[in-house]
Amino acid sequence: MKTLYDKLWEEHHVTQLDSGESLLYIDRHYLHEVTSPQAFEGLIKKNLKPWRLNANIATPDHNVPTTRGNNFNSESITDEISKIQVVELDKNCNKFGIKQFDIESNKQGIVHVIGPELGFTIPGMTIVCGDSHTSTHGALGCLAMGIGTSEVEHVLATQCLKVSKLKNMNVRFEGEVDEHVSSKDIVLYLIGQIGTAGGTGYAIEFSGSYISSISVEGRMTICNMAIEAGAKVGLIAPDNKTIEYVKSKSFLDDDTFNHAKEYWKTLKSDDDAKFDKEITIDVSKIKPQVTWGTSPEMVLNYDESIPTVFDTKDENKKNVELARDYMGIENETKLSDLTFDKVFIGSCTNSRIEDLRQAAEIVKGKTIASNISEAIVVPGSGLVKEQAENEGLDKVFTDAGFIWRDPGCSMCLGMNPDQLKPYERCASTSNRNFEGRQGYLGRTHLMSPIMAAYTAINGTIGDPDEI
Amino acid sequence: MKSNSEGLIIDGVVAYIDRDNIDTDQIIPTEYLKSIKKFGFEDYLFDGWRYKDDGKLGITKDQRVIDENFILNKNPFNESKILLTRDNFGCGSSREHAVWALRDFGIKAVIASSFGDIFYNNSFKNGVLPIKLEKKEIDFLFDQTQQKVLELSINLQKKEINCGEKTISFHVDKHLIDRIIYGLDDVDITLKEKDKIFDFERTRIEERPWIFK
Repeated sequence: MKTLYDKLWEEHHVTQLDSGESLLYIDRHYLHEVTSPQAFEGLIKKNLKPWRLNANIATPDHNVPTTRGNNFNSESITDEISKIQVVELDKNCNKFGIKQFDIESNKQGIVHVIGPELGFTIPGMTIVCGDSHTSTHGALGCLAMGIGTSEVEHVLATQCLKVSKLKNMNVRFEGEVDEHVSSKDIVLYLIGQIGTAGGTGYAIEFSGSYISSISVEGRMTICNMAIEAGAKVGLIAPDNKTIEYVKSKSFLDDDTFNHAKEYWKTLKSDDDAKFDKEITIDVSKIKPQVTWGTSPEMVLNYDESIPTVFDTKDENKKNVELARDYMGIENETKLSDLTFDKVFIGSCTNSRIEDLRQAAEIVKGKTIASNISEAIVVPGSGLVKEQAENEGLDKVFTDAGFIWRDPGCSMCLGMNPDQLKPYERCASTSNRNFEGRQGYLGRTHLMSPIMAAYTAINGTIGDPDEI
Repeated sequence: MKSNSEGLIIDGVVAYIDRDNIDTDQIIPTEYLKSIKKFGFEDYLFDGWRYKDDGKLGITKDQRVIDENFILNKNPFNESKILLTRDNFGCGSSREHAVWALRDFGIKAVIASSFGDIFYNNSFKNGVLPIKLEKKEIDFLFDQTQQKVLELSINLQKKEINCGEKTISFHVDKHLIDRIIYGLDDVDITLKEKDKIFDFERTRIEERPWIFK
């Protein structure tokens, strides 16, 4: 009768408060430099300490430059304001004794990449972080969600989150996809169908034969973008693939691991579980997806025409007009008519080793188009970077004219020096095409690593099968 | 906010932005998230729409090129305490800075047909009241803004919006609005349950030891 979300909720339910809200016990809390300083300040003002130190794992990712090279430390950051924030994280972690993979560590990286990769995210956990893409960790069967800074302070102080229960949605992906269609395309397609508010108020469980068929990393891409469909929680029941993945990253001894494994196998929705909403999508018809506008729901098949106000319903005309204007779409009728300036391969959505392998496969032996002024690859973590270099992927990219960078969030949000200039058009594997997201007046088109790599080589959007 | 015999009231001129999906990157761009403070974000609210140039943390309003056409730059909307908008306001990034910017500007209530979940939650922790209304009521209010400078009076206890000829009721969970009315602190409330948390944790360490390694 219960969904996976129901089970995880009950498992962590400490008590119900007079207000009707519940206290949920938090197993893992990830911290980064941007949303934590005010929380630590609050903790200090109240004269409190972190409730359970080893629940917390920190790393700097949003502000860090990606051209660090060797012997770089927090003090080396040239943007004085960014430096203050990264140094502040160092100070707070040292003060309270929180484990940090700092800017000098070879394990530093995007918080949602390093968590699973270092074995800190394991099935059945509740996980929070002051970052909306915390939903990523749901791919391993966790109840994971982004929180605000007040809640970061609350979790540090009490090891609990004060919340009301979400509704349950099941999105079933059935069928097999074409060769150059990846999990990024599947989740973008879903957002196009249900809209960026379609999942608001829900925890979305992703299931179906397609989900079973893909890797754990592919599943992370899907859960990562649940928030772009409005759902702060996205989750997938752990299966043998999950357990193998976790085993390969685990620091647990064999006895503990095997004990845990028996429990993890119970983490799935019951056959007769009741969902408040159910959607089934046939993935076999989905083509590579590319966004054209300023919301992730403004997404099309790569070969489709861009909407105009004339072919849009009244209620949406204004949104289309504003988006076309911002994106500088004038006479172009199709996505393939647009000329690109930059390419960004990275972000917590698509910077894991499989993403880089898929992109490298496309660019191998080719050269980026003359209209592309800069194409950068930013691995999600120090370990991803190392693995890619061991496989020679860095060489494949640099031979083609890409720049190979150090790990961080980078141009996903342009908080570090990696930013678009005004009016530049970027093919990006990140998760948000909001106005100014990648830099002031910059224009972002979201797509998969395969399509971004293709766009780098071709200069425009097209059919990746043709390469 | 002021108090009268009928309860707590937020009133005044309504500023309005007629678009869906206003994400928290629009409410406050990433650049300003470099601040390590919890206050001082008023000049950066809707930065990309309010100014005609690119800003930096620390550069104040008087050093910027102001877009006179943007509603919050126009009198009397530059002093509005109420913001009217459409669907899915505050979607996207979890940045609480978005609420801090609204609060610091002086916005005390945002009226929309829906809100991003994380933004909605963050609002109550900072004294900003998000009010969800039906789309037809939002349409009605937008129509009003086209006819006159709309003034509203919002009664927090009664959960009512008064706009002269009409009164619109809204729903908000009692425990959420109480946080605004009484300025409650979540950490203090939760720490009253300290013993229950300790008991829960002790059991969990026994049953699921791998979590605590």
